[in-house]
Amino acid sequence: MMNLKGNPELTPKNLMRPLKNYGIACMSMGFLIEETAPVVWRGLMVMSAVEKLLRQVDWGELDYLVIDMPPGTGDVQLSVSQNIPISGAVIVSTPQDVALLDAHKGAEMFRKVHVPVLGLVQNMSVFQCPKCKHETHIFGADGVRDLAKTLGLDILGDVPLHVNIRETCDSGQPVVISQPQSDAAKAYLKIAMEILRRLPAPPA
Amino acid sequence: PAAAPPGGSGCAPRARGPSPGRCGSDICYGGSDAAAELRARLRAVRHTVLVLSGKGGVGKSTFSALLAHGLAADETKQVALLDIDICGPSIPKMMGLEGEQVHQSGSGWSPVYVEENLGVMSVGFLLSSPDDAVIWRGPKKNGLIKQFLRDVDWGEVDYLIVDTPPGTSDEHLSIVQYLSATHIDGAVIVTTPQEVSLQDVRKEINFCRKVKLPIIGVVENMSGFVCPKCKNESQIFPPTTGGAEKMCQNLSVSLLGKVPLDPQIGKSCDRGQSFLAEAPESPATLSYRKIIQIKDFCSSSFTRKL
Repeated sequence: MMNLKGNPELTPKNLMRPLKNYGIACMSMGFLIEETAPVVWRGLMVMSAVEKLLRQVDWGELDYLVIDMPPGTGDVQLSVSQNIPISGAVIVSTPQDVALLDAHKGAEMFRKVHVPVLGLVQNMSVFQCPKCKHETHIFGADGVRDLAKTLGLDILGDVPLHVNIRETCDSGQPVVISQPQSDAAKAYLKIAMEILRRLPAPPA
Repeated sequence: PAAAPPGGSGCAPRARGPSPGRCGSDICYGGSDAAAELRARLRAVRHTVLVLSGKGGVGKSTFSALLAHGLAADETKQVALLDIDICGPSIPKMMGLEGEQVHQSGSGWSPVYVEENLGVMSVGFLLSSPDDAVIWRGPKKNGLIKQFLRDVDWGEVDYLIVDTPPGTSDEHLSIVQYLSATHIDGAVIVTTPQEVSLQDVRKEINFCRKVKLPIIGVVENMSGFVCPKCKNESQIFPPTTGGAEKMCQNLSVSLLGKVPLDPQIGKSCDRGQSFLAEAPESPATLSYRKIIQIKDFCSSSFTRKL
């Protein structure tokens, strides 16, 4: 999605140098293995890999580290929550009930491990037919808003289902960079602003 | 003998909340005794199908639920649906069984029945509330999966459908290991047409080949969307790299079918109803029915000695 490929170099201190694109330093298991190779590991090995991806990287000084988590409430989520200081968590869900069930569990997990939840993002909220502009809520409407109310959390924003989000991601040109004036990009940027507002001030 | 949770493992029914590290991994993989136990319990299962996906959110559980409904439409067949997504169990809700609990009898745990010939098991039935989070590490999840296979009294089953969590981790390794005590007909891999999803399907296919799990085929979900107003078809997740069709050709794997996006699917799932029954004329229903027919592979390919 960031149009990055290749193995990271090592610094003299044996730290991995993150790969950079669009001014953003990235690290991923995807840089350490072949594209089609499955990583079929049990929890302990996954935890060890996550440790490396976090700590054995020459991040330098960073204002923001965004961690993209896999779905679920298992080993990775526990290890990350317990081993590094997290300023806040953002929970993304589509509006349908079965997705919200899992979002609710995610919120509960963060509560149990004392990670503040900054809010929820309602993804794929509505699709507009490119021909007649009719809007359809393919995955339901407002489910995330209802969950946010139940949990006493904020909605950080809605992201509509736009073909160009998908296309630009697949081609490694995230929509906020390649089409910054589009509705989709504006939706993401608005959410980013909302997150910034809710983050605690960094230590002096 | 009354069914009892394995001693000291913490993998009991009604287990809830996090208590990592109590389940020793050696009891989860067991020795030949454990394999014999599983073999005995699963002896009366004629066909087992694993439903996999690389990514989350592609419609795997939806497919598992509808596959189970579709197969159970033949009232002469006994169908079992096992949900081993421990962290995100969607099957109880999709089957309209939220709030149901598991009962123990002398012969083991009873599955929860949707129809007389369709039984379901999921960690969701062991929680005191559907919103309870199950925050478990691998060994504990493996222990529960083993219990599902060993302690549930499925009875005679024509089709056992196993719904898995996304990815290739503990649950997938464990289910393949435990089911090696019996026979797995193969795996169905669900994807959407977009490249980032297909990337993960290629990994799933490699996983299946590594563990020698036959691949029944790939289902391409969310294949197109028909506007309810003007009937124009849009590709919301356009197959810029040829979609599942091209990938299946390249990797010599069958494409079982393509299912279009129908807003009714999500609604039916959320209400716990069978979409196939609620929207029999939908193009998505027709696709599912075609796929389910292809999967009626039992008579020709394999016979079980009971």
